[in-house]
Amino acid sequence: MRSTLGRYIVNKVVWYLAAFLVAVTLNFFLPRLIPGNPVDMIISQFMRGGGSGTGADKMYKAFVAEFGLDKPLLGQFLTYLGDLFRGYLGKSFSLFPAPVTDLIRQALPWTLSLQLPAILIGWIVGNVLGAVAAYKRGIFDKTLFVSSLAMSSVPYYAFAIILLYLFAVLIPIFPAGGGYSFGTMPSFSFAFMGDVLSHYTLPFFSLLLISIGGQAVGMRSMAIYELGSDYVNYSVGLGVRESRVLSFVFRNAMLPQISGLALSLGTLVGGALITEVVFSYPGLGTLLFNAITSNDYPLIQGVTLLIVVGVLLANFLVDIAYGYIDPRIRAARTGER
Amino acid sequence: MATNTRFLNLALRNGRFKTSVILVVFVVLFAVVGPMIRGADPQAIVGGPYQGPSAKALLGTDNFGRDELTVLMYGTRTSLEIGVVAGIIAVIVGVVIGTLAGYYGGIFAEILMGFTNIVITIPSIIILILLSIALGTRSTFAMGVIIGVTSWPWTARAVAAQTSSLRTREHIDIARLSGAGDLSIILSDVVPYVLSYIGMAFSLQLASAVLTEAGLSLLGLGPSNTISLGILLQWALLWEAVRQGIWWTFVPPTILLALVSFGLLLLNSSMDELYNPRLQQQKGAA
Repeated sequence: MRSTLGRYIVNKVVWYLAAFLVAVTLNFFLPRLIPGNPVDMIISQFMRGGGSGTGADKMYKAFVAEFGLDKPLLGQFLTYLGDLFRGYLGKSFSLFPAPVTDLIRQALPWTLSLQLPAILIGWIVGNVLGAVAAYKRGIFDKTLFVSSLAMSSVPYYAFAIILLYLFAVLIPIFPAGGGYSFGTMPSFSFAFMGDVLSHYTLPFFSLLLISIGGQAVGMRSMAIYELGSDYVNYSVGLGVRESRVLSFVFRNAMLPQISGLALSLGTLVGGALITEVVFSYPGLGTLLFNAITSNDYPLIQGVTLLIVVGVLLANFLVDIAYGYIDPRIRAARTGER
Repeated sequence: MATNTRFLNLALRNGRFKTSVILVVFVVLFAVVGPMIRGADPQAIVGGPYQGPSAKALLGTDNFGRDELTVLMYGTRTSLEIGVVAGIIAVIVGVVIGTLAGYYGGIFAEILMGFTNIVITIPSIIILILLSIALGTRSTFAMGVIIGVTSWPWTARAVAAQTSSLRTREHIDIARLSGAGDLSIILSDVVPYVLSYIGMAFSLQLASAVLTEAGLSLLGLGPSNTISLGILLQWALLWEAVRQGIWWTFVPPTILLALVSFGLLLLNSSMDELYNPRLQQQKGAA
């Protein structure tokens, strides 16, 4: 039994390493497919912005050396891998010479504190609502189902835009963007915390409501499926107490929902990119957006790499956890039945 | 023939199916026939910037003074074009990989599904961002291709599962015994059985491609030199129309995005209901 689990874990490790390698390779090579080299683009932007010729020349040399563009591509790739291994992601173009890791480190806490509560609370509330709807049916179910379906078919960024308009422009009770008011200094005072909280509310609710809708739809259909299954009919026939039957149903319907939670935790880093752009919230999404608009390739690559690592890590942990929890899955995935 | 009339009867009695068809037809007419009727160049300046809705410009004007309704029709058309290209590519790649893996099985399937799983594991938004950057300028068609080549894995997985269960059915054995080649068996004895699924997958892929396009556009990676629903939203944000409360620049595109995705999701789930006798029974019993 132990050796099966051991093999399963080794299998998974190899698997995710392969996926990681593919992702890193794409991350390295795709931006280099741009016609011309990225440095030319930066320099031409700099010149258009009124930069001096000698300044541009200096910049060009600095960037080429920094990026290693004078070396052959394979050599560059090996250097890149070596740098990654040491946790070095290069220097930003647009905010030269700030290291990419520093910029990410500043943005990451904003993103995490926005996403983590939204995912967790949305998951809990959505599942409870979905289960209740499946059990009660009738008008409660109809209302909830249609509104959840409508909620989950409005793309989250469009919903964010509507919220921004309704509660920051039409009825201006919340600020229209940013992480804190312009001109305030980040500190641990009550005034600053309150300010942060009022900037936090709209992006948070735009993510939360969408997440509740999605989870409720999933839980409802799972619970309805379980309610119609043989073991429920059998238990009801045997005269098992209703609350007990419901607890069976709930537990069975929860299983796929738990892996759903783990997977949405994987999108913790990359799931709210556009929400942040809409609210100019100072997290990774805004950082990525600014990097894209200023052709800051090292920064783009840093952010995309972080998102990939987050998702792969979450998937990996889910798979390993499942291997421990469910012997059936373990057997099926190593090819034994 | 008899099954067709039965299907039609079921379809006409299904309220969700009817609603979804009406929604989808409305959006398509709006995007395809709309520009023909208006005929106007979407870039034509018809008034001052940010004029509110009036009899002359039903949805007002944008920051350049262009007619929002015309721009919206063209934008919806571009978005649907991207969705259709992406949907076709995703479904073709997904069905080819899925049927091959499901039909042949063994090490061949392991390799194909291994590749599929790697593509699933790497978040598609990352590949989309990297591909968009690599392209530099992106035509409508290129956007469709980019989105299509990143969204096929789910279809491939589902088709592979269905095909491998079909493989052991008797009619496939009979075809094999009568000397039919693999390709002919796949085309005439496997694909027809997953055809209803292919239609459903296409509607989902189309919807998600339209939403993906809008998301990419908001990140600054939308199609170049054209108008799409995503580009309209990006303009509204970029030029502060949202924060100035110019609702007619971003509410209509949002509604159209929601209509496309709601209509197609509803179509998909009601088609599922029509094709899946088990769901019909449940509904009858409830």
